[in-house]
Amino acid sequence: MTTLPEKTDRKLGLVIDLDTCVGCHACVVSCKGWNTENYGAPLSDQDPYGADPTGTFLNRVHSYEVQPEEGAAQLIHFPKSCLHCEDAPCVTVCPTGASYKRTEDGIVLVNETDCIGCGLCAWACPYGAREMDAAEGVMKKCTLCVDRIYNDNLPEVDQVPACVRTCPAGARHFGDLGDPDSEVSQLVAERGGMDLMPEQGTKPVNQYLPPRPKDELDRTAAPEDSEIDVLAPYLNPVADSPKGFLGWLDKTLEKL
Amino acid sequence: MHPAPSVIIFTTLSGLGFGLLFWLGLGFPAVTGWTAFAFFAIAYALAVGGLLASTFHLGHPERAIKAFTQWRSSWLSREACTSVAALVVMGLYGAGLVFFGERWALLGWIGAALSLLTVYTTSMIYAQMKTVPRWQTPLTPVLFLTLAITGGAILSGEVTAALVLLLLAAVVQVIWWQRGDGALAGSGTNLATATGLGKPGQVRAFEPPHTGTNYLLREFVHVVGRKHAMKLRLIALVLGYALPFALLALPFNHVFALLAVLSHLTGIAASRWLFFAEAEHVVGLYYGKR
Ligand code: SF4
Ligand code: SF4
Ligand code: SF4
Repeated sequence: MTTLPEKTDRKLGLVIDLDTCVGCHACVVSCKGWNTENYGAPLSDQDPYGADPTGTFLNRVHSYEVQPEEGAAQLIHFPKSCLHCEDAPCVTVCPTGASYKRTEDGIVLVNETDCIGCGLCAWACPYGAREMDAAEGVMKKCTLCVDRIYNDNLPEVDQVPACVRTCPAGARHFGDLGDPDSEVSQLVAERGGMDLMPEQGTKPVNQYLPPRPKDELDRTAAPEDSEIDVLAPYLNPVADSPKGFLGWLDKTLEKL
Repeated sequence: MHPAPSVIIFTTLSGLGFGLLFWLGLGFPAVTGWTAFAFFAIAYALAVGGLLASTFHLGHPERAIKAFTQWRSSWLSREACTSVAALVVMGLYGAGLVFFGERWALLGWIGAALSLLTVYTTSMIYAQMKTVPRWQTPLTPVLFLTLAITGGAILSGEVTAALVLLLLAAVVQVIWWQRGDGALAGSGTNLATATGLGKPGQVRAFEPPHTGTNYLLREFVHVVGRKHAMKLRLIALVLGYALPFALLALPFNHVFALLAVLSHLTGIAASRWLFFAEAEHVVGLYYGKR
């Protein structure tokens, strides 16, 4: 059924910390690695070693430059996968019932044996979270590693999505965003987690933590009351032109 | 959006076919026997041909039957259901005209309504897409419906109606273009809302996630043909509306009528190409494109 559930028992999802993500793409690789050999059709590549490679990925990392009014620009790495939206437009447009949102945990999945590969769900997703596999002709998307998180054959530490398990920077968190006491919900509350494209009305479950302000590298002098100020005078350059031997060398060479 | 030939052919031809079925259902022209057969054959060739073309872009056409199940939520599924209903009802009605020389008026009216409903469901597949601001407007169904009725009028030889409708359709078309040009900017979705990074400063796409292309870029970020958009709009206006109008305004002649049909068809195909090629999907923003 492609009508959305009124409410889901839990809202499993990811919290992605844009402050700590270093843009290593490890989550992209581990995602592809796990999902190409588990749930559903493999994630194919076309011309992988040729001149024009392309392929299916469920998670991709963009990089953005943010230029504040004053000061240096910041580089923000931006991982993006399905946000398991509460009001998922990708589900309601599906003509076959292949796309659905689970009542028990809110995960949005594709039943690949029902999918006709019409692509409409990918049209409806504002985030580019769905990709049609060119070899299989069915729609692929993040499953939140539904085959890991409930998999008792895995050690407990591995019962999280592959991207979360892999991230070397601890930038990815997994949990129940429907429970206000969960660690992820606390993190979102504390750090001011945000929805992507809130105006699209999709009510994404996944949340993004905004980058924190960085050191101001181009600041000319430390403010009066900052700790740095005590030592700063000692670090100021003492002379503009070289003295002593270097000064002599400079002058002599100048004369030559 | 990628202007896939299968989808352009489908929406253009089946729009015209269902437009003709609409007029036939209302009893225009009042034909029976072999003449009716010829009219119905043309309408079915266009409508069914278009529907078949649309299955070419499916990854698994053999499962297409499943697309009839989700009419509660999906416009694509509704389109599948209404198109079959329209074709069945109009088939029965046509059989009455061809084989029994009888016009079962009620059946004809129901068939005409279903034919229009089919065009409406097609247009709603596009008009519902919040992700494509250029399409998301009640003007989209208005445009598709006027075009279908106009094309049907030309094909069924309803010259006076066709002349009025051509003018009307041209106006709707121009208004649709005008509105569309400001739609993305007016939608409130931009790179700042897409990334949530607007607060700290000005956001710019620095590096894409992949050096090659992918499904998203191929399907949603079609920018190549847009630079010819203005020329193509002119071509669409002249071939789709102005020329057929002139040809039909002349004293009636079968050659002119045929030319009017062909010119209209070509013009509408060009307009439909633009409908896709010019449409900006918001996912392009993530790539710093539109
Ligand atoms: S991110 Fe896209 S694919 Fe995932 S639930 Fe939301 S709309 Fe659907
Ligand atoms: S591509 Fe598959 S999952 Fe997506 S809308 Fe079409 S049938 Fe449904
Ligand atoms: S693995 Fe972690 S740090 Fe690396 S790109 Fe993914 S989220 Fe960012």
